[in-house]
Amino acid sequence: MSSAENAIKIRARDLDFYYGASRALKKVNLDCYDRKVTAIIGPSGCGKSTFIRTLNRMNDVIAGTRLEGKILLDGEDINAPDVDVVELRRRVGMVFQKPNPFPKSIYDNIAYGLRINGMRDKRKIEDVVGKSLRGAALWDEVKDRLDENAFALSGGQQQRLCIARALAVEPEVILFDEPCSAIDPIATAKVEDLIEHLKKDYTVVIVTHNMQQAARVSDYTAFMMLGELIEFDRTDKIFTNPANKLTEDYITGRFG
Amino acid sequence: MKQATRKKIVQALGFLALRAALFLVLAVLFLFLYDIGRKGAGAISWEFLSKAPRRGMTEGGIFPAIFGTFLVTVITAVLAVPLGMSAAIYLNEYARQTRLTRLIRLSIRNLSGVPSIVYGLFGVILFVNVMGFGTSVLSAGLTLGLMTLPWTITASEEALKTIPNSYREGALALGATKWQTIRTNVLPYAVPGMLTGTVLGLARAAGETAPILFTGAAFYLPFLPKSLGDQFMALPYHLYIMATQHHAILQVRPLAYGTALVLIVLVLGLNMTAVVVRYRLRRKQR
Repeated sequence: MSSAENAIKIRARDLDFYYGASRALKKVNLDCYDRKVTAIIGPSGCGKSTFIRTLNRMNDVIAGTRLEGKILLDGEDINAPDVDVVELRRRVGMVFQKPNPFPKSIYDNIAYGLRINGMRDKRKIEDVVGKSLRGAALWDEVKDRLDENAFALSGGQQQRLCIARALAVEPEVILFDEPCSAIDPIATAKVEDLIEHLKKDYTVVIVTHNMQQAARVSDYTAFMMLGELIEFDRTDKIFTNPANKLTEDYITGRFG
Repeated sequence: MKQATRKKIVQALGFLALRAALFLVLAVLFLFLYDIGRKGAGAISWEFLSKAPRRGMTEGGIFPAIFGTFLVTVITAVLAVPLGMSAAIYLNEYARQTRLTRLIRLSIRNLSGVPSIVYGLFGVILFVNVMGFGTSVLSAGLTLGLMTLPWTITASEEALKTIPNSYREGALALGATKWQTIRTNVLPYAVPGMLTGTVLGLARAAGETAPILFTGAAFYLPFLPKSLGDQFMALPYHLYIMATQHHAILQVRPLAYGTALVLIVLVLGLNMTAVVVRYRLRRKQR
């Protein structure tokens, strides 16, 4: 942890999360390294989506939820009262399970985040739109039809559009919440390639229930069950020589 | 008889019954429109539309009533549209879903079922007496506005509910504030639906008699209201008088039909506007 490469970007400390009376996360301690891909795997309902949504405070919008413990982004508590949640969400982008393009043109989808963050300079917006679409490996497919409605794109293209939209506001972290569960295998391969590239510039956290996907794209893997973090280690270690019996049973397909 | 044949016959009979019901409803509606159209068309003339009634309302036109209905509907809209839409936005986007908000929502639904004469009497107390607006077009418009509010709120809230949550989450995740999210990523898609419901509510208000009966509508005024404090003539009330209260009721019957026709065309026109507005806005978004 001495080298800059291994700097910790996000640190979760004794994280508890409640939906009303039901406890979804139990004392989770997890570190996400800067410019690495951290995958979170585990059976349905294990709290992996809940966990990732605490990282940009998307759970704030759900009534009756409560969080205990700490999440540190670059060492600062993101739940501290003086933290601007709007600025936090700009720094920590998110790509959702189902592609959710807005019913606007391809161009306006990407420009949306810039405009709400106050950018008015048309040429600059155009610049960022192009850059973001290239960054999401979508540019060649859409460069001639930026004015078309985003709904006209295929599911896989829509998901890459959502990635481009997230890139446009220049986040530091990108959260992927099962980004490939609603798209076909070829589109999935493209998104996975993309995630490989993204880690050069961004810290990536990805929730997936596809273990092969975790093995392919991530540097670190966390295995969760029933709201608890069972094991966290380098991905190659988790998949070849897990320390915990539960992890081994899960990745060898004995349950889940 | 084989089971399969039996099922097919039951289905055919079911569809037949549904078709018959639809046909019956349409037949009544068209018969009604045809009757009014046939009997009212004769009364329609430029004079009828542009002049005031003369000779104890046995001759002349209904312009003051057309103008009065227009004016009172505008006042209704000014109260009911912004207030109704804002309340709906608050209820659907901001308010936590607690027992209190459920109670509020239930009350709003119930208010839309209160008979219009009750609104009329309430308007007399609140606007005419307590607030001192007197029997005036303002009091009548506000009373109609109150009556329309539950409809506007409910229709607007339904329209907001049709906007997928993923639009809201997507915008928030990009660093939009809650209000930015609503303004730029919810309202633009909800407004067509909100407008449709609102205009339908206004069309209903334009055709109401009871709420304006004691709050501002005049039996007979040969001139137009000069301020919001004046009384006014209105189409539905005028029709009511021509049809039931007039001293020469048989003589003015054609004029009554003419008035009814104008009122129906006006209300249908408003409804059509709602349809067109929605269609236009929807297409612009595609």
